Amino acid sequence: MKADPKGVLTGAHFLDGDHACSEGALSAGCRFAAGYPITPSTEIVERIASRFPQVGGMFIQMEDEIASSIAIQGAVWGGAKAMTVTSGPGFSLMMEHIGFAAMLETPCVFVDVQRAGPSTGQPTLPGQADMMQARWGSHGDYEIIALCPNSPQECYDLTIRAFNLAEEYRVPVMIMMDECVGHMTEKVVIPSPEEIEITERRYTTAKLGEYRPYFTDGEMVPPIAKAGDGHRFHVTGLTHDERGYPVMSPEVQEKCVRRLVDKIRLNAERIISLEESETEGADVIVVSYGITSRVSVKAIEMARADGIKVGHLRLITAWPFPEKRIRELVGRTGAFIMPELNYGQMFFEMQRVIDGKAKSYLLPHGGGTVHKPEVIYRTIKEAALECRPQVEESAW
Amino acid sequence: MVNNNPVSDLLRTDRMPHIWCSGCGLGTTVNCFVRAAAGCGLPPDQITVVSGIGCTGRVAGYLKLDSFHTTHGRPIPFATGLKLANPRLKVVVYSGDGDLFAIGGNHFIHAARRNMDMTVICVNNFTYGMTGGQVTPTTPTGAIASTAPYGNTEDPFNLPYLADSAGAVYVARWTTFHVRQATKAMKEAIQKKGFSFVELVSPCPTLYGRRNRMGDGLDMMEGYKENSTIRNGADTRDVGMDISGKIVCGKFVDRERPSFLEQYNTRLAARLGPSYKNYEGVL
Ligand code: SF4
Repeated sequence: MKADPKGVLTGAHFLDGDHACSEGALSAGCRFAAGYPITPSTEIVERIASRFPQVGGMFIQMEDEIASSIAIQGAVWGGAKAMTVTSGPGFSLMMEHIGFAAMLETPCVFVDVQRAGPSTGQPTLPGQADMMQARWGSHGDYEIIALCPNSPQECYDLTIRAFNLAEEYRVPVMIMMDECVGHMTEKVVIPSPEEIEITERRYTTAKLGEYRPYFTDGEMVPPIAKAGDGHRFHVTGLTHDERGYPVMSPEVQEKCVRRLVDKIRLNAERIISLEESETEGADVIVVSYGITSRVSVKAIEMARADGIKVGHLRLITAWPFPEKRIRELVGRTGAFIMPELNYGQMFFEMQRVIDGKAKSYLLPHGGGTVHKPEVIYRTIKEAALECRPQVEESAW
Repeated sequence: MVNNNPVSDLLRTDRMPHIWCSGCGLGTTVNCFVRAAAGCGLPPDQITVVSGIGCTGRVAGYLKLDSFHTTHGRPIPFATGLKLANPRLKVVVYSGDGDLFAIGGNHFIHAARRNMDMTVICVNNFTYGMTGGQVTPTTPTGAIASTAPYGNTEDPFNLPYLADSAGAVYVARWTTFHVRQATKAMKEAIQKKGFSFVELVSPCPTLYGRRNRMGDGLDMMEGYKENSTIRNGADTRDVGMDISGKIVCGKFVDRERPSFLEQYNTRLAARLGPSYKNYEGVL
């Protein structure tokens, strides 16, 4: 279905990533947001606080991030599309409710504008060190989806996509921004409502009294109900059967959790999006995401000017991780380089997939600023030389 | 037997028997609640119950209403989102003293401050039952708990006073001995606009009663009967409980204050002018 015109600010704008994310939420049909102020994400909720009352939405500033992260879930079960917004310290507080959303299969969106950590760290400066927390931060086993915009335009576009994916898979979707992307201002084009594709919530068509909240009818994702529709259903964070009732048997645990994992794993190829440039036939591939991808582009240009065959693979979806695509490239490509604003997070996931069949280089960085392109450039050269020792460096 | 119950329509009979101990007061509170819900004038489809974690947290799962068993301490913020998404729902939070006032205490005071339109029912049994009888923020000073083996060395919350000072518009306390009054209080609380609070003092004979030599469930009920006084309208500062077991019951607060949404709509309409349409939910 198409976007509700009420929320869509069609036209070309000059927006920072935070504000673009707010507009993405409005275009996606998000009409409930809860949040707690935290740098560098606060601008998102500030814009929402001003825009929502004009389009029939509700923003509430909660007493903390714990409350925000579950208030949105109450809103979803009441019929809203909802999100919360935070940065590292608040994201840490939200972890329990990411698991809760995964367990109840509550479609919702979490935005983390990453700053340098750990702890209070550097609130106004960038980091990319919440990537593993996004994937594994809540206890127990589950799958989530995480997207990594690298521009204000993408903050807008991917926020819409996040809401759509949340509905399609009934899963919490994380938008892993960073301080640079959140605060950089660029042109953002907001299309007309008819051009924006929105995934509607799939409500049950069961007769009253017959709805079973987790009966999937052979599909991976069950239809949902909302409070007040007369189904008088029960849902719980305890391991539950198809009726939503708690059951403490290993068999039900296996059935319940297996599907939470499989619905994402088996659909990974449909969920994953990547941006590639000259990856076919490359000797070296730089794999990057978020703000680091923009620094990488500069480094890659420098290396290409030297004649090095270097490709770029940008993770737009960080989770699920693009295992299949990287496996395809391993064997044709000698080396993979990953710069990230942490001491190795997505890198180790990539290394696991490469499985020793190509060289891998981590370019760690504590955050607070971004890599210098020269650092990435030098590593590209070094890696290329290792892969093609027969080619003289002077030939470049 | 269950079928003869006039309120069995509001119970998930397919989930009986429940997990609670014999002599536990929780079943009594549920019995009172379903009567209150059946008599409050709202269709059951419009009433939603949200529980946290613990023995009381299991209440949501036994009610044949839309019901949510959430995370420990967080039923109030969940209920806040639910209510704001669909204000036509009557949202009732039903949880225990540990859930609502230890881990969830911050949410309680803020929901009361906002006068968020919801009813909070706290079953206060002075202990964490599900985890084996630990001390809670309402355990009387000196009472024995598994994590206070030499007696609780802290002072407890006086819940009606806390609710009153945080801004609740309806505050009452009854025990499971006072089934008629408890039922009436829950009904009034459900019908009240704004943040209403009912404390139900309830026996946990298995853990709290046994450790504190209070006898079985019946003995504890007998204790409520003997030690309680009814003082409607009492100053909430004077209704704190201690190890003596004396309990002041009654309706302490019943006042008017614009609810969160009333105040929200009034103020936004004043600021935004005629272009502002009152917020009545997302749908
Ligand atoms: S442990 Fe206490 S509160 Fe829990 S069911 Fe038993 S008697 Fe009731």
